[in-house]
Amino acid sequence: MKQQKATVLEHDNFQGEYRILRLAAPDVGPYVKPGQFLHLQIPHLGDRILRRPFSIYKATDEGVAILYKPVGRGTESMIPLQVNDTVDIIGPLGNGYPEMSEGKLPVLVAGGYGNAALFLKAKELPVKGVAFFGGRTAEDILCVEEFKELGWDVRPTTNDGSLGAEGLVTDAFDPWMKEQDVKKLELYVCGPGPMLKAMGNRAIEHDFTAWLSLDENMVCGVGACLTCVIKRKTEDGWEWARCCKDGPVFESREVLWDE
Amino acid sequence: MSKPNLKIKIGSMEMKNPVTVASGTFGYGPEYADLVDLNRLGAITVKGICPEEHVGNQTPRTFETRGGMLNAIGLPGPGAQGFIDKYVPFLKQYDTPVIVNIWGKGMEDYGRVVDMLDAEDTVTAYEINLSCPNVKEGGSAFGTDTDTFARVIELVRGRTQKPIIPKLAPNVPNIGAFAKAAENSGADAIAIMNTMPAMAINIDTLVPELANKFGGLSGPPIKPIAIKLVFDAAQATSLPIIGMGGIFEPEDAIEFLIAGATSVAVGTANFIDPTTCDRVIDGIESYLVEKGHSSVADIIGTVKV
Repeated sequence: MKQQKATVLEHDNFQGEYRILRLAAPDVGPYVKPGQFLHLQIPHLGDRILRRPFSIYKATDEGVAILYKPVGRGTESMIPLQVNDTVDIIGPLGNGYPEMSEGKLPVLVAGGYGNAALFLKAKELPVKGVAFFGGRTAEDILCVEEFKELGWDVRPTTNDGSLGAEGLVTDAFDPWMKEQDVKKLELYVCGPGPMLKAMGNRAIEHDFTAWLSLDENMVCGVGACLTCVIKRKTEDGWEWARCCKDGPVFESREVLWDE
Repeated sequence: MSKPNLKIKIGSMEMKNPVTVASGTFGYGPEYADLVDLNRLGAITVKGICPEEHVGNQTPRTFETRGGMLNAIGLPGPGAQGFIDKYVPFLKQYDTPVIVNIWGKGMEDYGRVVDMLDAEDTVTAYEINLSCPNVKEGGSAFGTDTDTFARVIELVRGRTQKPIIPKLAPNVPNIGAFAKAAENSGADAIAIMNTMPAMAINIDTLVPELANKFGGLSGPPIKPIAIKLVFDAAQATSLPIIGMGGIFEPEDAIEFLIAGATSVAVGTANFIDPTTCDRVIDGIESYLVEKGHSSVADIIGTVKV
């Protein structure tokens, strides 16, 4: 983990309302493991002061890239960022996705641009399996061609049927799962809370492994402030686990979901 | 010109410079060790410890506000023995005093936690939390009237020879009376201030933004409040004061020293820029050079009123 001033190399439209921010970050880029994140101090954020966490989409020896959609005060304040501006980043943070067990069939499951957080893992995995990407519309599902080029069997679903099958990601996953030797599946999941929970419940019910990347409000990003805690199951109940430091990736059996 | 002397003393605790961190904003040390040279700090102040493990509040525990944030973490922690097992071996590696923030659900807990920690050489001093707004029992319940406040300090004083530093709430009617009570009860210094009790409500759900309903406001919005409290307390007592509240830049820390603080603590700023302590130490030194002072002691309490 390092803190550094990173120069903006690229800040452009990516697809629809989504944008890409690529930063020169030689102190961070080479150390990134798939599933880790950056904590970014947004310039021009005005009277809001806290850093914002972003999944790392791509990492090289030279730097890192993130994808985002301007949806709130933080991300909207990023729009004026220009090439050669500097951004203070801390990273890479969190534990990332673990190595896949031998003999497993890897499956990616993402909601919206959650698949950006899966890209490095998709690239690294020695076996390319099936990728279930769900979104509201075709515009909300990013990088389909890139995942295909890596060798993944991409199966999109959209709420409005504008790309792939109409429905939720689970509508595509469930019938497919029934035809598999489910114990061999190893899932890498990133997306909204209800989707994580749905996939986690399937993993427990059908006895396969699912690595879930949880997204909680964060303040420090390094495990000090105890804002982003989730309930992690223990032998006799639960304990707090820090999403930023002990996660963001947890196995489905570790997570105790709030009702 | 030779470098100015940044060393200060809080009771028997020698600090290489006046800058520490505010309890609860720096974990127990290891969390920031990749980003901050812990040997550079004047002292490390760790998150609140009570005798037994404590689970803390439900989430959401924090909320960003204009220029600052609310928190109601609720003092989760590993307990005294957990702290000794998990963090003392780590903290031992550094040549930096460790201030352990202690709290209790009942008055006797303050004595018990000191009994459990006191044999550890790594524990240099105790900050007595008498002002946490976010726990139902303990915390601020002991910090709102001077008699109870004094009794807790006397109790801790009876259990340890190490420096003890009660931490005061901002929302007391007369900070001078508390400062004087701390002095009379055997405290070595006082820490001013804890967060300001505060609340935020979501206008769509009509529900408070924090699970605990209420929390404590921190960050730059509280700095002028803290400056006045430090000033007022400095008029009432000769005890050293550790001043804190919204220190983000060296100039903020210097202002606290001029108001009467001997030491300062960086809190919320650690979350935003972990290099803040470094910058504050450097900035104090440059200021002393620029103004022709040979020691940080030269500027403490020099406000002209």
